[in-house]
Amino acid sequence: MISLSNVHKSYAMGSSKLHVLKGIDLHIAHGEFVSIMGSSGSGKSTLLNILGILDNYDEGTYHLNGKLIKNMSEKQAAQLRNEMLGFVFQSFNLISFKNAMENVALPLYYQGVNRKKRNKIALEYLDKMGLLPWANHLPSEMSGGQKQRVAIARSLISKPKIIFADEPTGALDSATSFEVMDILQDINKEGITLIIVTHEHDIAAMTQKIIRLHDGKIAEILENGELKDWKHQYKRELEIA
Amino acid sequence: MFDLDLWKEILSTLKKNRLRSFMTAFGVFWGIFMLIVMSGAGRALENGVMDGIKAFATNSAFFWTEPTSKPYNGFQRGRRWNYKNEDIQYLRENVKEIQYLSPKLFGPNTNSGDNTIRGKKTGVFNITGDYPDFYKIDPWVPVKGRLINDIDILHKRKICIIGERVAEVMFEKEEDPIGEYLKINGVYFQVVGVVHPETRMNFNGNRKNESIMIPFSTMQQTYNMGDVVHFFAVTSMPGVPASQLEAKLKDLLKARHKVAPDDVQAVGSFNIEVEFVKYQGLFTGIQILTWIVGIGTLLAGVIGVSNIMLVIIKERTQEIGIQRAIGATPGNVIMHIVAESVFLTVIAGYIGLSLGIGLLELADMALSSGSANPDDVFFKRPEVSFNMAVGALSVLVVSGIIAGLIPARRAVSIKPIDALRDEGI
Repeated sequence: MISLSNVHKSYAMGSSKLHVLKGIDLHIAHGEFVSIMGSSGSGKSTLLNILGILDNYDEGTYHLNGKLIKNMSEKQAAQLRNEMLGFVFQSFNLISFKNAMENVALPLYYQGVNRKKRNKIALEYLDKMGLLPWANHLPSEMSGGQKQRVAIARSLISKPKIIFADEPTGALDSATSFEVMDILQDINKEGITLIIVTHEHDIAAMTQKIIRLHDGKIAEILENGELKDWKHQYKRELEIA
Repeated sequence: MFDLDLWKEILSTLKKNRLRSFMTAFGVFWGIFMLIVMSGAGRALENGVMDGIKAFATNSAFFWTEPTSKPYNGFQRGRRWNYKNEDIQYLRENVKEIQYLSPKLFGPNTNSGDNTIRGKKTGVFNITGDYPDFYKIDPWVPVKGRLINDIDILHKRKICIIGERVAEVMFEKEEDPIGEYLKINGVYFQVVGVVHPETRMNFNGNRKNESIMIPFSTMQQTYNMGDVVHFFAVTSMPGVPASQLEAKLKDLLKARHKVAPDDVQAVGSFNIEVEFVKYQGLFTGIQILTWIVGIGTLLAGVIGVSNIMLVIIKERTQEIGIQRAIGATPGNVIMHIVAESVFLTVIAGYIGLSLGIGLLELADMALSSGSANPDDVFFKRPEVSFNMAVGALSVLVVSGIIAGLIPARRAVSIKPIDALRDEGI
């Protein structure tokens, strides 16, 4: 599904260059639930943005569903994002003057679905998230967990193959975080590939595969079975620190 | 792309950001409002002035005599001279470029006290001796009765045509002046017409309504003027510039009266064509000025809109980032912003246009009902032409597009990821 080979990315910081990704090789298969971890500055958000075609890369190759993603025009990228990808953000990124239903329906608007139809579909997805009674509320009238669920419903409505979530629980308390993770796991079970960026280990531990980034490189990849061991090791690290 | 959804989208965006929409719209509203009001006012001034002169024959020239300034052919300088009746005949027969020729006499002057008497009523008016052709050069409309005709000239009838003001002064309101007699400089004349001038062009200072016209031939004989002619009014044939005719007649008249050919002072003349061109130039200038100032004001409004749109874009960077993350193409975003801007400018402009025209209508009503004597108003019928309105509207649409396009391009140039990171909200 996703295949990265030797991807480099640097940002110009004034006169100097900041080399963020220093050769990433990565394969993510269809239906996987992957988390990307790493300390701040390790390049995890950059990696997610490249995967989500929100940002471009300098070197290497990125194949999405067998298609090379490189030097795309904004229009192509936008269409690809619209058809294939869904996004969930830490700060929810709902449009503040649109109600829950309109927010959820927005991706369909860009696909040219008419208002009546897309609002009906949006209501179905809100219902799935248990938010039907909140359909006509503005984001400002909802709690963090509710907002994130609206955002998830929005990412799902275009029936994407992959959903990217950047710190989806970053702004939520732990109880709500687990609720949101439950929802994400359910989505994953329906066969959608999920890639999340997080720095919370207990959140990462709920995924099938953890990619640890360190200083722009993949430090380690942990598969599901190893997670328990890894948790112990991580705890030890914490104690030492 | 011209779908209903886009418009619903725009309307809901604008509705939910009322203050912002209002502020954006106001600049444009003001610009177009000022353009319309100013242009209407300029047009009103033009109407007011041009109404006073437009009926006047624009191809006309006028001649009178002045003392000579050069000795010539045995005559000393400073000789006073006059045109004669033979000149009329000669010019009519020999100058093909003349369309109408109307000699004129000025009666006893108005400085020596009342010259017109009727019973206990007296007044001082301009007395002129005229030919019927004069009405083709400077039109008068009979309010009652008739104008001077050829038979009056032929029979030297003792009749007179009086201006409206003369009728007011010399007659009671309920009296009909027609058929009554006025004693003008000691001679009785029968009133056969009360007239109203169509233009405000005047030759002898006083108000035109205070004129009394008697047949040219009558005046010559009655007041012992011999064969003297004071004044020629002439119009040129179509296609002949009045100034060309003016020059030709001046030379002819000088030659006929033994005036030095290079005497620039002896033949006084005046050419309406030149004056008309001056007036027209003036009003063209006013219209151009109006457009420059109006467009400037409008431009300021549009720059305001563009500015506000930029701020809005800044404010909405995140929103745009989200839209692009979930599949809006740059085209979508630009389309949306431009459509929003055009919609705002056109609506605001239309309101400005309507209110501006409304104000002009009000002013028109106030002007036409407020003044007693419409002839004294130099400000008439404030109006804007249909072309002007259409022009202003197209300027609006274009400026709306530009006002939207600049910030829209900027919005699109921000990478979606940067837009998303912009979390200063």
